[in-house]
Amino acid sequence: MGIRFILMVNKQGQTRLAQYYEYLTIEERRALEGEIVRKCLTRTEQQCSFVEHRKYKIVYRRYASLFFMVGIDNEENELAILEFIHLVVETMDRHFGNVCELDIMFHLEKAHFMLEEMVMNGCIVETSKSSILTPIQLMDRA
Amino acid sequence: MALSGMRGLSVFISDIRNCPNKEQERLRVDKELGNVRTRFKNEKGLTHYEKKKYVWKMLYIYMLGYDVDFGHMEAVSLISAPKYPEKQVGYIVTACLLNENHDFLRLAINAIRNDVIGRNETFQCLALTLVGNIGGREFAESLAPDVQKLLISSSCRPLVRKKAALCLLRLYRKNPDVVIVDGWSDRMAQLLDERDLGVLTSSMSLLVALVANNHNAYWICLPKCVKILERLSRNNDVPQEYTYYGIPSPWLQVKTMRALQYFPTIEDPNTRRSLFEVLQRILMGTDVVKNVNKNNASHAVLFEALALVMHLDAEKEMMSQCVALLGKFIAVREPNIRYLGLENMTRMLMVSDVQDIIKRHQAQIITSLKDPDISIRRRALDLLYGMCDVSNAKDIVEELLQYLSTADFTMREELSLKAAILAEKFAPDLSWYVDVILQLIDKAGDFVSDDIWFRVVQIVTNNEDLQPYAAVKAREYLDKPAIHETMVKVSAYILGEYSHLLAKRPGCNPQEIFSIIHEKLPTVSNSTIAILLSTYAKILMHTQPPDPQLQNQIWAIFHKYESCIDAEIQQRAVEYFTLSRKGAASVDIMAEMPKFPERQSALLKKAEDTEADTAEQSAIKLRAQQQTSNALVVTDQHPANGYPPVSQLGLVKVPSISTVDRNSEDQGVTQANGTLSVVDPQPLEPSVDVLGDLLGPLRIDGPPGAAAQSDHNLISGPEGATYVEETLALAPVGDQTNNVQPIGSIAERFQDLCLKDSGVLYEDPYIQIGIKAEWRAHHGLLLLFLGNKNTAPLVSVQALILPPSHLKIELSLVPETIPPRAQVQCPLEIINLGPSRDVAVLDFSYKFGTDVVNVKLRLPAVLNKFLQPISVSAEEFFPQWRSLSGPPLKLQDVVRGVRPMSLAEMANLFTIFPLTVSPGLDPNANNLVVSTTFYSERTRAMLCLVRIETDPADRTQLRMTVASGDPTLTFELKEFLKEQLVSIPTISQRPATAPPQVQPTTSPTALSDPGAMLAGLLH
Repeated sequence: MGIRFILMVNKQGQTRLAQYYEYLTIEERRALEGEIVRKCLTRTEQQCSFVEHRKYKIVYRRYASLFFMVGIDNEENELAILEFIHLVVETMDRHFGNVCELDIMFHLEKAHFMLEEMVMNGCIVETSKSSILTPIQLMDRA
Repeated sequence: MALSGMRGLSVFISDIRNCPNKEQERLRVDKELGNVRTRFKNEKGLTHYEKKKYVWKMLYIYMLGYDVDFGHMEAVSLISAPKYPEKQVGYIVTACLLNENHDFLRLAINAIRNDVIGRNETFQCLALTLVGNIGGREFAESLAPDVQKLLISSSCRPLVRKKAALCLLRLYRKNPDVVIVDGWSDRMAQLLDERDLGVLTSSMSLLVALVANNHNAYWICLPKCVKILERLSRNNDVPQEYTYYGIPSPWLQVKTMRALQYFPTIEDPNTRRSLFEVLQRILMGTDVVKNVNKNNASHAVLFEALALVMHLDAEKEMMSQCVALLGKFIAVREPNIRYLGLENMTRMLMVSDVQDIIKRHQAQIITSLKDPDISIRRRALDLLYGMCDVSNAKDIVEELLQYLSTADFTMREELSLKAAILAEKFAPDLSWYVDVILQLIDKAGDFVSDDIWFRVVQIVTNNEDLQPYAAVKAREYLDKPAIHETMVKVSAYILGEYSHLLAKRPGCNPQEIFSIIHEKLPTVSNSTIAILLSTYAKILMHTQPPDPQLQNQIWAIFHKYESCIDAEIQQRAVEYFTLSRKGAASVDIMAEMPKFPERQSALLKKAEDTEADTAEQSAIKLRAQQQTSNALVVTDQHPANGYPPVSQLGLVKVPSISTVDRNSEDQGVTQANGTLSVVDPQPLEPSVDVLGDLLGPLRIDGPPGAAAQSDHNLISGPEGATYVEETLALAPVGDQTNNVQPIGSIAERFQDLCLKDSGVLYEDPYIQIGIKAEWRAHHGLLLLFLGNKNTAPLVSVQALILPPSHLKIELSLVPETIPPRAQVQCPLEIINLGPSRDVAVLDFSYKFGTDVVNVKLRLPAVLNKFLQPISVSAEEFFPQWRSLSGPPLKLQDVVRGVRPMSLAEMANLFTIFPLTVSPGLDPNANNLVVSTTFYSERTRAMLCLVRIETDPADRTQLRMTVASGDPTLTFELKEFLKEQLVSIPTISQRPATAPPQVQPTTSPTALSDPGAMLAGLLH
């Protein structure tokens, strides 16, 4: 199935965006997010970008105060996911211009739309930034 | 802007952001939820815009981790809104909040279907995405044909078709019985001709699922995949938008190669050639570049190519290239690459014939086991586990054991389990297996599951040769001051069954065995008490003729537990009590346990269970399934392995006191072991006799050092020590058979180790002997690490301890052979009987090729190891000092030729010993008052007080007064401190050993001291 969830969490451990591709109850989510964040926050720059947690492998990347974490299974290529995170960030950057945590907070719906255009059912749908952003521009015009 | 229109939402998000703590956040959220709930109740007045705003708030609250159990209907109802912004919100929020089994979803099926089949492609996309994310069975039933149609429709634009592909993937995966894909191979092949890379990317995911399910139907797609790869790798017709840092869609490349891994082989030679050309280009052409993103992307492709080569390259054309690359990767600085290198190496283990190449990297992999990054450590552990076989099991398991003490708590259970499994599967001999498991329990008892100790009991029970050895080891562990409860269980069980095999050894008569086990009873839980009761019953049965005292003790215990609240214990107590009164009649009932039926190790099963979640293609799992435990058959393989069975080694142990009685006792043991080795299945093993012959005479005649020691008594300690040291000084030079020169100074290494607890004791070109010691009160555990530095085995290894009379030393079994590059651990247990400065000597010899090396090494089990710092207050010190009024309990000496050092340095030196310096007790700042506790069996814990008076004008001399409750201790401690304080503590510089005598306090400063009080107390 590939990608199981995508999380954006800041340094304080506050979730800024959460998208799951399998159903977890709210308690399970809370617990999982807490555990993962605790694991990733304590890691240093010199450590690798992969953390194994329960049945998931977490591929994460840090941008300023914000951590992007993607939970995957064994059907994914870790480095490809690592760069996919960067693609998400570049796409947001193109839309918001110098994207920051606040953009994602206050434009949660747009962040969701973008992700929706990029990942579906745990698989990558689209990697062209202009194709991803077309429907969002459509919304802005509406 | 959509959100700028939703001011209420922005305000709410700001409020949340400004909440100083979680409590405030919860209050704010509760308030908002109340607000939204009331609004939804009066729904009639709500516009779509308002609904949209509230629904977003709900999603936001849900994301923060609060349950939102209402408003689902409102979200779903937005799906049927006519305008795009509302509809979009409805779709996205519904997909986030609900799961496929939610009732409300059913209500929306019609609206969703209308959007799917409608003309508005934006709406189509929204609907397909929702179904693709949460669509369940009912969606599959009503929508699958429509979705399939959209996917292959030529009139549909790519943006719809790529979503249709993944939507179909979900419906198919969830309901393969409903979604009919028969005859889809042609359509899939057609799809793969698509030029649009978005459609290709999602179609490839769909293909992976279809091929994984039934690759035979999709052969036709294989060449198409290779074409796509060729197109991408040549960068043919790839739009700029799909090029990522100069690399044509790395994600599609990766996915395509993943799809190819679901085909077992590639039969068509042309396709195969084209593919291998592409792979070769990737393998050769991927360079490390500065740009991180480009580097990652190109390596993502490279790792996928490696995986594909491993999968397809049955002819091994490119395999060596892959192993070489991986070998390079596991040693690079970049942690991601190191991690993936290890992971892929583990995968590679499945490919036959490469294990040997991988083994060349064993050292690097073991280094990774100590990586600061736990992710990498885990990969290294998995890889080591996977690559372990008979040839490297000892090395790997010992590494794992070593790592166990420092490993993260989260890894310890897995680590113990893996070490236990490897030890069992690949044990070169079973005694080693027993050693490993006991060490495991000792080091990480909390993480050793019952299965592990059950298994060792099974194996011991099923292998008669092993029983005496296991019993010896169990007995040894019981001597440790604090042992884990699991160790109590396993030791008690083994000793209950087999302690009678040891009866003639010192400390192993039934009474002693019983006492040492019974010591542990107050600290253990009920389940262990039950085992202990069985052990007592067995000990009683084995004691023939019966020992009435022991019998009464044990009966009293049974009697006590007859009223235990725990039913199991109660029942055992009652039954054992009755049975044991039947005397001889109980022998049959209490007889040794019969052999267990041979069965698969429960551990392997457990390992399979714990790995159920991890990689399906996990090499470990596969190998675990392929190889059932061979531990049970190892006994028959001794000759082949060249490891002599244990029982023959049982003699490399030296009695601590050379009395006639003890000698004859040891002869007894020799006999007992001799008998045992006859039982051994091997008809002839020369080492049996050789060892017996060698040890016999040694035991009786004793080496010169030991003989000398037997003569001197406690008081004549210094002469004894001198003697030993003289022999030592001569040994390396005088012994002309030693062609091998030691590396480094033996004397310096010894001096170092007197102050440290771990380090190297001896090293020469062939062997390194390391030491690690732990001291607790008058007990000590010294681990000797005998490391073979060569690629050839060291043979005829012999270790003999020549202990001084005040130390009781037991050396566990030393194997006769140390395999190449292996390290053998030999624990030495030491008990300090009384104060003495005599030194124990290790007489160590081995053969390497034609060189016979024999060295005599002083063991750093010296007086100060039995000291523990203690601080005393003035109220404690003075009465004590006063009560120890003079010789022989209080001795004074003037020490000359002191190493020049400042008072602080001297205080430091004392602290290392370790003695506690109590500043302020002596009013004279030039004096030091020092205290310590000395532990020995005879003196128990004894407080020692020392006063050092220095002369600031002449640092080379000082006056020292030592007091303790034991005359020997006072003398020995004083002499010890003197040795440490004079410049080089060697034999030549040692002051003549005069009988302890009191020197009058003639120091002119003494009485004029401001510390008149102390001085007055000196006599």
